[in-house]
Amino acid sequence: MESDIVEHTGSRTTRLLGASVFVGLVALVLLGFFVAPPDDDQLDAVRMIFIHVPSAIFTYVAFVTTAIGSVMWLLRRSIWWDTVAGAAAEIGVLFCGLTLFTGSVWGRPTWNTYWDWGDVRLVTTLILFLMMIGYLSVRSLGGSVEATATRAAVVGVLGAALLPIINRSVEWWENNTLHQKSSLTDGKLEGMTLFTLFVGIVVWGLFFAWSLIHRFRISWLERELRTTDLDQALRDRRAEGHRV
Amino acid sequence: MTHLGYLLVGWGVTLGVGAIYAASLIRRGRRLAARVPAARRRWMTTEDE
Repeated sequence: MESDIVEHTGSRTTRLLGASVFVGLVALVLLGFFVAPPDDDQLDAVRMIFIHVPSAIFTYVAFVTTAIGSVMWLLRRSIWWDTVAGAAAEIGVLFCGLTLFTGSVWGRPTWNTYWDWGDVRLVTTLILFLMMIGYLSVRSLGGSVEATATRAAVVGVLGAALLPIINRSVEWWENNTLHQKSSLTDGKLEGMTLFTLFVGIVVWGLFFAWSLIHRFRISWLERELRTTDLDQALRDRRAEGHRV
Repeated sequence: MTHLGYLLVGWGVTLGVGAIYAASLIRRGRRLAARVPAARRRWMTTEDE
């Protein structure tokens, strides 16, 4: 029925996710600033961990999703998976940018510098960020759907190949990095600090899901709109032919 | 609280950018949904609403 039609990309699921993100963020700010204790070494700068680590984790999740979608496109020519890959890549670029930014701001009080070009973790993460911006650029180049998706899929898979290198860089090049080892696995975090970090990861996960659903639907609508415009152009052309 | 300036910049930019991105998704979705014929708006005509 026409009256049931709604003109947005929301649904009950996304509204529930959105409300959960909002409530979770309020809880995260309260826990992060007023409940979690300062660190013995880093003092209050450690509170940056509650946004930096979740951003980094969901950068990985987003680009792995892009890689899976890219492989599925290459193997099965699935438009659905190509759309998922593109949606996840845009969100991944957002999270990756925030990871670089929060890491840099956190680095100043703890390492006494915003950036170190000799640090393997930092530089490889920057390369990933630039590669995935390249992925989005390739998607917007135009041309046939097939060619665009295939070119983007190759970049998506190459970008994801960097993830294990970035992840293990603090162990493989431990003398060549200022970056600490994994905050989650080194066992140094405990109590309310660890709990708040997990709250941050859950909130970022909910936001990732909310964003992915909306972004997927936007891409789907863009595709439908292109098809609709093409259909209309064909109809106009046929009508023109009948008149002649 | 120590390092308050760094914390406010880091958290402020993160939450601000996230909010702006979320708002842009909603706005883009609304604009596009209004232009796509109803029959092609798959998930939008169900009892989910």
